[in-house]
Amino acid sequence: MRTAFLQGNEACAYGALAAGCRFFAGYPITPSTTIAETMARELPKVGGVFIQMEDEIASLAAVLGASVGGLKAMTATSGPGFSLMQEHIGYAVMAEIPCVIVDVQRLGPSTGQPTSPSQGDVMQARWGTHGDHPIIALSPTSVRECFDLTVTAFNLSEKYRTPVILLMDAVVGHMREKVSLPAPEELEVIDRARPNVPPEWYFPYEETASDVPPMANFGDGFRYHITGLMHDRAGFPTQRLDEINAWLTRIFRKIDAHVDDIAITEAINVEHARTLVIAYGCTARAAKEAVYMCRRHRVGLLILKTLWPFPKDQVLVAAHEAQRVVVPEMNMGQIALEVERLVGRSKVRRVRRADGEMITPQEIRAAIEYKE
Amino acid sequence: MKKETTKPGIGRYEVRLAGKGGQGMILAGRILAEAVALYDGRNAVQTQDYGPEARGGASKSEVIISDGEIYYPKVMNADLLVCMSQEASDRYYYDLKRDGLLIIDSTNVDRSPTTRVVAVPITELAVKATGREITAAMVALGLICGLTKIVSEEALEKAIRSLVPKGTEELNVKAMHAGLEEAKRLLEAGLPISLPREL
Repeated sequence: MRTAFLQGNEACAYGALAAGCRFFAGYPITPSTTIAETMARELPKVGGVFIQMEDEIASLAAVLGASVGGLKAMTATSGPGFSLMQEHIGYAVMAEIPCVIVDVQRLGPSTGQPTSPSQGDVMQARWGTHGDHPIIALSPTSVRECFDLTVTAFNLSEKYRTPVILLMDAVVGHMREKVSLPAPEELEVIDRARPNVPPEWYFPYEETASDVPPMANFGDGFRYHITGLMHDRAGFPTQRLDEINAWLTRIFRKIDAHVDDIAITEAINVEHARTLVIAYGCTARAAKEAVYMCRRHRVGLLILKTLWPFPKDQVLVAAHEAQRVVVPEMNMGQIALEVERLVGRSKVRRVRRADGEMITPQEIRAAIEYKE
Repeated sequence: MKKETTKPGIGRYEVRLAGKGGQGMILAGRILAEAVALYDGRNAVQTQDYGPEARGGASKSEVIISDGEIYYPKVMNADLLVCMSQEASDRYYYDLKRDGLLIIDSTNVDRSPTTRVVAVPITELAVKATGREITAAMVALGLICGLTKIVSEEALEKAIRSLVPKGTEELNVKAMHAGLEEAKRLLEAGLPISLPREL
C-alpha cells in the first residue's frame, strides 16, 4: 500500500501499468492528456513503449498491432478522438484483439466544451461502431476506482479477447484525492490464454469450450491471418452462412453468458427502497450525497460501475419494491432508456443536465422528493 | 445546506479559489488539498475548472475538506471564497454561505460585492515580498492558513516545497510567509466575518 494524492487520470495510468500494460499510443486531447503524460513518463521505466501518433485513428491501429504482437496495450482520448476510433473498435471486436480504450468524456458534440465534463458518450460506447456486437464498458466514480477499473478493464479484455472501454469523465479524470494503491501482489492480473498446441495445429478463431480461443503472438511462429472480413476458424474470409452465424453467436455468447462476471455494481440501502437512484461516474457522487440527505425516506442507491453489458439483474433486484426510479446523468437520458425498458417508463424520473456542470445533490434530491 | 441534515456534511468545509488562467489558482488548490490530505491527515478532494484558453480565461479550483468521506467533490455553498479577479468575484459571490469568508485581491478587484469582505492587495504583497506577481497564489495560501487554520503552517510549507517548480521553493515559501504576516495583522485588527469553529 502506498498513499498518494493523485488525479483520476494518473490513477488510470498507474492501474494500466499495474495490470501489465506495456504499450501506449495516443494523441493528446483534453481532458485525457494527463493519462498520456503519465504513460510517457512511466512506460520507459518498465521497458514499455509510448508513441504519440499523428491522430486517434492511427493511435488505436498501433494499439491493435501491439496487442497482436503480444503486449497489453491501451490508448486514451476524449469524445472527438473516440469518434475517430470507432472504426478500429469494430475491427478489434471482429478480430478479437484485446485492448483498453479510455474515453475521458467532455461536453459534445464535436469539439464542444473541451474542459467541461459530460456523460454523453454512453451510447456511443455501446453502438458507436457499425454492425451488431457486444462490448464491455466500465465507468469509475473516484480516483481509486480509476485505478481499480483500469486493472479490471485489462483483465476483462484479456479474458474475453475483446476491446474494453473505460468511460471516465472530466470530473473524475481531473479530480485529485488521497488514495492508497494496492501493492502488485495484492492485485489479480489476468493474461490472455496462449495456445498449447504446435503452430501447425493452431486455429486462431476456433470454437472452444470457453468461447474464447487462445491467442498466439504474431511473430512467435504461429502463422495466421487477421481481417476485418467475416472469417473462418483460420482467420480467412468466408461467405459460408454456417461459419458466419457460428462466429456471430459465439461473439455474443462469450460476453452474454458471463454478465455475472463482468457486471460490477455497488448497492446502498436498496433493500425495501421505495425510491431507487441509479447513477454512474461522477454523478454517482452527487447521488450518494443526495441519498444521505434523504435517508429518512427509504431511498436506495445503485451505482453502476459496468455500463455495458447492462447490469440488468442487479437493476431489477434493486428496483424490485421501488415506486420511483431516479436516473441522474450528464446527458439527455441515455442510461435512463435502459432503465425504462426494464422497470417501465412511468416509474422513471430522469435528472438530466448537459451544460458542462455537474448535477448537484440538490437536483437529485428534488427528483427523489417530487410529489406527482 | 444545513449541517444537521447531512451525514457526510459534518465537518465539511468548502473552499473555492477563483481567478484568471495563469494566476496559479489550480496549483494553489492542489497545494492546499495535498497539504490537508497528506500532511494534516484529514480528507480532501480537489477539482478544477478552466476554459480552453492557456491564459486569461476564467479559472477556478475547489477543495473540499472533511474528517469524513467526501462524496460530492464540488462546492455547494462555499465556506471560503478567494477571488483574484473582478469577474470571479462578481460570478461566485452568490455561492458563498451567509457566514462564509470572502477574500478578494484588492489589486485586481475594484468593486466588492459586499462589505463583509477581507480585501487584501494580494498581488501587490506578492510583488513586494518576492518581486514576482506569479507568487500571489502563495500569498493567498498564507492568508488562508493564517485566517482560517484549515491547514497547518507546516503542512502548507511542505506541500508548497513539493509542488512548486524546482528552484522556486524559497521564493514561494517567502510569499506564503507574507500572506501569514498579513493574516496576523488582520486578526489583530478584527475581521468582519465569523470564522469556522469546528476547525
